[in-house]
Amino acid sequence: MIELLEKYPKVAEDAVEFWYKAAPASAFPENGGACVKFKDLQIAVFNFSRRGEWYACQNLCPHRMQMILSRGMIGSEGEEPKVACPFHKKTFSLKTGENLNGDTCTISTYPVKVEDGYVYIGFDRGYA
Amino acid sequence: MKASKSKVIVVGNGMVGYKFCEKLRNTDTEDKYEVTVFGEEPWPAYDRVHLSSYFSKAAPETLQMAPRSWYAEHKVALRTNELITQIDSKQRLVVNHLGESFSYDYLVLATGSSAFVPPIPGVDKKGVFVYRTLEDLDAIMDYGKKVKSATVLGGGLLGLEAAKAVMDMGLQAHVVELAPRLMPNQLDEQGAALLKSKLEDLGIGIHLGKMTKEIQGNGKLDGLVFQDGTFFSTDMLVISAGIKPRDELAAKAGLALGKKGGILVNELLKTSDEHIFAIGEAAAHRDQVYGLVAPGYEMAQQVVNQLLNKDVQPFEGFDMSTKLKLIGVEVGSFGDPFGTKEPSRPICFEDKVKGQYKRINISSDGKRLVGGVLVGDTSAYGMLLQMTQNKMALPPEPEDLILGGREGKSSNPMGGLDALPEAAQIWSCENITKGDICQHIQQTESGDLGEIKKCTKAGTGCGGCLPMINDLAKFQLKKLGKTVKNVLCEHFPYSRQELFDIIKIKGVKSYDQLLDEFGEGDGCEICKPAVASILASVWNEMILRQDTIQDTNDRFLANIQKGGTYSVVPRIPGGEITPEQLIVIGEVAKKYKLYTKITGGQRIDMFGARVDQLPDIWEELIDAGFESGHAYGKSLRTVKSCVGSTWCRYGVQDSVSFAIRVEERYRGLRSPHKLKGGVSGCIRECAEAQSKDFGIIATEKGWNIYVGGNGGSKPQHAKLLVNDVDTDTCIKYLDRYLMFYIKTAEPLQRTASWLNKLDGGLDYLRDVVVNDSLGIAGELEREMEFMVNTYACEWKEVVNNPELRARFKHFVNADDQDPSLQFKPMRGQKIPVDWKS
Repeated sequence: MIELLEKYPKVAEDAVEFWYKAAPASAFPENGGACVKFKDLQIAVFNFSRRGEWYACQNLCPHRMQMILSRGMIGSEGEEPKVACPFHKKTFSLKTGENLNGDTCTISTYPVKVEDGYVYIGFDRGYA
Repeated sequence: MKASKSKVIVVGNGMVGYKFCEKLRNTDTEDKYEVTVFGEEPWPAYDRVHLSSYFSKAAPETLQMAPRSWYAEHKVALRTNELITQIDSKQRLVVNHLGESFSYDYLVLATGSSAFVPPIPGVDKKGVFVYRTLEDLDAIMDYGKKVKSATVLGGGLLGLEAAKAVMDMGLQAHVVELAPRLMPNQLDEQGAALLKSKLEDLGIGIHLGKMTKEIQGNGKLDGLVFQDGTFFSTDMLVISAGIKPRDELAAKAGLALGKKGGILVNELLKTSDEHIFAIGEAAAHRDQVYGLVAPGYEMAQQVVNQLLNKDVQPFEGFDMSTKLKLIGVEVGSFGDPFGTKEPSRPICFEDKVKGQYKRINISSDGKRLVGGVLVGDTSAYGMLLQMTQNKMALPPEPEDLILGGREGKSSNPMGGLDALPEAAQIWSCENITKGDICQHIQQTESGDLGEIKKCTKAGTGCGGCLPMINDLAKFQLKKLGKTVKNVLCEHFPYSRQELFDIIKIKGVKSYDQLLDEFGEGDGCEICKPAVASILASVWNEMILRQDTIQDTNDRFLANIQKGGTYSVVPRIPGGEITPEQLIVIGEVAKKYKLYTKITGGQRIDMFGARVDQLPDIWEELIDAGFESGHAYGKSLRTVKSCVGSTWCRYGVQDSVSFAIRVEERYRGLRSPHKLKGGVSGCIRECAEAQSKDFGIIATEKGWNIYVGGNGGSKPQHAKLLVNDVDTDTCIKYLDRYLMFYIKTAEPLQRTASWLNKLDGGLDYLRDVVVNDSLGIAGELEREMEFMVNTYACEWKEVVNNPELRARFKHFVNADDQDPSLQFKPMRGQKIPVDWKS
């Protein structure tokens, strides 16, 4: 189980080595998410259209190790954008990956960009 | 522990005996005493005040004062099923029925009372009962199944409680009272007459001024013979003619008794033996025995204070004020109800149309209230009692107290609350003052009734003081400058009901529009599904038009399960299914390798479907004539039924046909939480309809409607809304009830807790639904009709809409299945592998 988590180290904005072309932006629902397959990994990507922002994080909810976060509802707590896991409503910051309503461990987040109508996820050299 | 501890033995584990233990343990922080309590009944102390609720609940635990574990945790040795037969006051020993002896330093007799059985020839006949213990009730319920009518001997407080109990059992109830009026100790003639006519309206026979000479019958009773020679036929007799103190143990030990029985005590509750106290209904203080729980608690407190050398105030008698709801009729009596103890003059008010009688007795100097009587409306009871007990000044026109606001004058109970002294006793059962409660509210800044009850123990006795505490909480919070309001979450400063009205009146159709115009921030997992539910309840549009505000179950129209697969439940209305349909479900489950199980709601659940399989599975089900079962939604689930009169030899109505009709009417109806229904074809209730949000039970004449039931973690029986209505009326009332709930409940609040919290409770609900007291019945019906007419099967729409269908996949950039899904076998089917726990 822990090995599974270790497959998803966080990627910082300035550490991006390459951008993975995931899918057309139109494939992601407004104010919602979808799951991107990258190698044998699952990345949840959120189109936070209300804020004009895109976010990406691991699809794996660390609470019960379920591949599910992309199906979660997104929203805000104060200014912080967040996603709520569909299983037990654990919420995580989409910016920092921190668990906002409990002591579940922090999830990894990834840089996202949209270019020419396509969504790209940024990975560092560890993911090459 | 230390050998130097003093030993206290309590004989009798009733309400007062228990309360003594509780108070001693709460006060004896230094653990000075070792406490043993003996109870002759098999179970720990229970709440006798609410005995009649045993008939509707029939679970002794619900009436328990405290569970057995409480005694263990608080170092009280509880010995049930043990009768103390002897006291040796010289050696300070008590002996139980097994001959074992126990020594004491202090003995507390809380032996209570037994039912007083008048010496009438024939009281030993079969079918004659007393109304006192749980065993009595079991026997009454048992016998009651075989008979049609029951008569209660005694028209006092307890007698009328007993009449309610037998009426609830479905028996024709009669009350026979020796005095010329009901509740002769509490009500005056006019008040008692009004109570009588109200009870007669409910179908209870009232027979006053009747002295019973003999109970007739050959072995079992057939009826009563009155002094005037008339014969009164009845199948069963419940004697509730007062109490007899249990003083036999004390008498045997040579303790002095009162003139009319009871163990004689002085103002320190001491008997004629220095080391023996008597409290509760067994004690006679100035030759008076108190048959209420509040004075018993007061006595318990006084003895505890003495044992712990605390401030002791002599027991000076007790106010016998009482308020209760008898069979739906509110009755109150406070202070000196007849105004005979001191010179006074009464002010009376009677409204025969509303069925209200109010009387207050004013002291001869016109400055104080000395007592009074209330029948039909006791809303002023708390205030009037406080004014009487605290000798508060009367308003310039004392009649305002019972007439309420007139001609622009508003009666202001808040003003009254403010005027109450801090020491005013709010809760007489436990001596909790206004100061105690205000202090709690000030410290916690919360007016949560549950919290107040827990922290101060207020309202946990008879419950009569709860409305007063509620008012006080609201008042105190207001004083602190706090507004008391339920808001949805940080994004909407409105309650669900307010949002419902906004959405409807402003014609808001989308979550984003509502958030832009009436909210702030970007929403969250609380307000999104709550608003989605309201939008569906108002406009009934396809919910997937706004799929990202739906919880995952509604977003994928299936129930998420461990591992991230979903389960599929087609609707099987009323639980009726053909062999052909069963085969379809079997074939589909087999093809997609789904785990199948019969649900609690009489349908079939298929587990383990991948998100991408859902549309294919549903396409096959819909082709075979199935539709969505909405097991995923906060909406109508199932209407469970028994087989009813078509097959069952006991059935009186066709419950299956009606269940199908009801289920098809409300299918897809989005509501604050899930809704479950049940229809039983006869009184045997095999569909367990009383555990549902709405339950319908067939009678010879039509249907009885029950509302607000719940299974789950806090089971609660549904309450009877209305009797013997025909099929169309039944539907009409259900329409109104469900729509009223949908419009006014909090998010994720089931009907049971909604009804529990509804101001005015069941009576108010009945007024709205049956009597249309708010004048909204027509609107509620139209709104429901709209929902019924706009119903569409969500899965049918998805199956036929390629764009919607395309959303059902795990990856946005690949057609692969989720590789993380893993199953293992169990009993020939598959289950998901365990998740991290």
